[in-house]
Amino acid sequence: MKAAGIDIGSRTVKLAVVEGGVTILTRKALTSHDPLEAVRTLIRGVEYDVIVATGYGRHLIKGHLDCQVISEIKAFALGAKAIYPACRVILDIGGQDTKAISLNNTGEMSKFEMNDKCAAGTGRFLEIMANALSYTLEEFSRAALSAERFENINSMCTVFAESEVISLTAQGALRHEVALGIHRAIVSRSIALLKRIAPSGEIFFAGGVALNECVRVLIAKELNRSVVVPPDPQVVGAFGAALHAATQVNEENFRLIVRGITT
Amino acid sequence: MASLYDRVRNVPAVATRSLLWNPAQKVAAGFFITQEVSMSDYKQMWLDLGLDLTAHDGLLSLLGQAYQDIFLSQKNRPEGMKYFDFVMSEVHGLRVKELMDAKAEGRKVVGSYCVFVPEELILAVNGVSVGLCAGAEFNFDGAEEVLPRNLCPLIKSAFGFKRGLVCPYVEASDIIVGENTCDGKKKAYEVLSPMVKDLYIIDLPQMKSDTGRILLREEYRKFMTKLEDSSGKKITVETLKKGIEITNAKRRAVKRLADLRKADPAPISGIDALLVNQVFFYDDPLRFTGSVNALCDELEERVKKGEGVFPKGTTRMLISGCPMAVPNWKVPFVIETSGAVIVGEESCVGERGTQWLTEDKGNTVDELINNITDRYFKIDCAVFTPNPSRVDHVKEMYNKYNAQGVIHYSLQSCHPYVVESGPVEVALETASIPTLRLETDYSQEDAGQLKTRIEAFRERIQAR
Repeated sequence: MKAAGIDIGSRTVKLAVVEGGVTILTRKALTSHDPLEAVRTLIRGVEYDVIVATGYGRHLIKGHLDCQVISEIKAFALGAKAIYPACRVILDIGGQDTKAISLNNTGEMSKFEMNDKCAAGTGRFLEIMANALSYTLEEFSRAALSAERFENINSMCTVFAESEVISLTAQGALRHEVALGIHRAIVSRSIALLKRIAPSGEIFFAGGVALNECVRVLIAKELNRSVVVPPDPQVVGAFGAALHAATQVNEENFRLIVRGITT
Repeated sequence: MASLYDRVRNVPAVATRSLLWNPAQKVAAGFFITQEVSMSDYKQMWLDLGLDLTAHDGLLSLLGQAYQDIFLSQKNRPEGMKYFDFVMSEVHGLRVKELMDAKAEGRKVVGSYCVFVPEELILAVNGVSVGLCAGAEFNFDGAEEVLPRNLCPLIKSAFGFKRGLVCPYVEASDIIVGENTCDGKKKAYEVLSPMVKDLYIIDLPQMKSDTGRILLREEYRKFMTKLEDSSGKKITVETLKKGIEITNAKRRAVKRLADLRKADPAPISGIDALLVNQVFFYDDPLRFTGSVNALCDELEERVKKGEGVFPKGTTRMLISGCPMAVPNWKVPFVIETSGAVIVGEESCVGERGTQWLTEDKGNTVDELINNITDRYFKIDCAVFTPNPSRVDHVKEMYNKYNAQGVIHYSLQSCHPYVVESGPVEVALETASIPTLRLETDYSQEDAGQLKTRIEAFRERIQAR
């Protein structure tokens, strides 16, 4: 039995298919202005028996794929628990949302916090700031890590922060030091959410921003807690949705799948 | 007085839908077109009140569409909700005409924004008490010309309506009663004052102390004198007892409605029950009481038969926090389209405003004023410090209505409730009550994020 999960995020669409305990396929694409078309392209030619949607666009897809939906908070909780069973605290920073999720002793979701409606402290924020400093995303993180000091960014509003960055560079501030300041700003937001839901314990870091080495290092340093990033942090939600899809068909099979993935 | 009621009684069971606002038509009466009522009558009435007809038509068409999408699209609604559909359809029409008729008879219309304004006293001078418009993101640009941007949406909305000349209630009010609950409202009334003909401010205590109680009593005495001077009528034991009786009957009716929501399946949706609590503020009190009781008779039958609006076992949520004034339906709508049902509101538009009755025993006006003071002094608004009875009340409601989770609702920039939401969440979670804190305004742009949180919260509860 092949179970698929599709995570329609604000920036990227992710697909994961699991069968007999292993992930047999993952795919990613930009969400673009037409998420439905992005999903169609992504699942074209992919075989599955059951599919569950999650992410910001889940309800849009629901009617077209005739599938169940779960919130991305639940999807990340399921995915993280399967990949890293010891996990009790999850941080997911995506394109427009930051979520901190805590799990109880049995690995069930117990509490979560999410950023407010603005994009402050999310992947989109990083993207815009990298652009303002003419870095690619990879260069942006590397440059920030290379800085020994940082320029303080006071504004958390994406629009104001961008003008702050422009005025700093106009005053001759060093680009990589501004970059570190920006990373510190986004990290401070995530830390506030984490402290609220789980004051201690290892952090499982997922979502597109987990690909950013500087954010990971800063969180670990600021909180003095270890931060675990899975090999492909972007597909944790899609993977969680796929696991949920599998349970919808066969409880027994689900256990096999989870065991297969985690061992 | 009975005309609206009679009309509703005569509306055929299936007719409500046909009354719907038709966007092709240029002018709306209330929310919807009714054939019987002459458009020109309302138009003239609105012009006489000084409304901006173009803006007003725009507002009504938006509301008509929202009402269709949110209320009329629900399944398994009780028949008794037809009365409230009709009241809403005539909220700017027949009901305003009734106010104008009352004014022509020499009765005073008293508008207010808060549950600390005692309706008993207004009724005791044969006045009409109405809640004023403050629940929609309308003309915020106009509001922000005189107020800061980062003010709570309820205050901005009141100013948007006033400055946009689209609220017939505020224009029809002989007296507008303000109250210094939060700082935002307190200072905003200073800005509102030159815009309205008679703004009267009630000073409210901020602590539940003996001196606080004395202050409230003296303020209610002063308010009584104000009403007497304005209406030319003296308040007597008889008139005040009558006012208490009418107000208590209204409260008893909504308490009866609240009680029926203990049942699983819930016999009425939370959004319909919220609507009843919203209509509480501006409908004729006797007619309202009769209609709520009629609705409750029907719901009792539903409960007996085990019928409900959602399947048995649907996740049950309690809402706690800021008031939801008409037409602020965003969060309840998202909750009830995310696989959950709302079974109670710990809110000013809900039990915080209605759960206590006023003791009607007393031989002097002074004794009755004391009773009124005792009653209102119990309201556990977050402007009080400390405010422990509020958490107790949330816990009590959680158990009473068999809720499974509490959604704490704060309006953005409402400092009393936003600040209090932290300790409330801790207290509830410590008592093993799942709690979700939301902070939002009147815009629709965060509906998607709210839905994600609410769905995840429901999933969390279901996994328990």
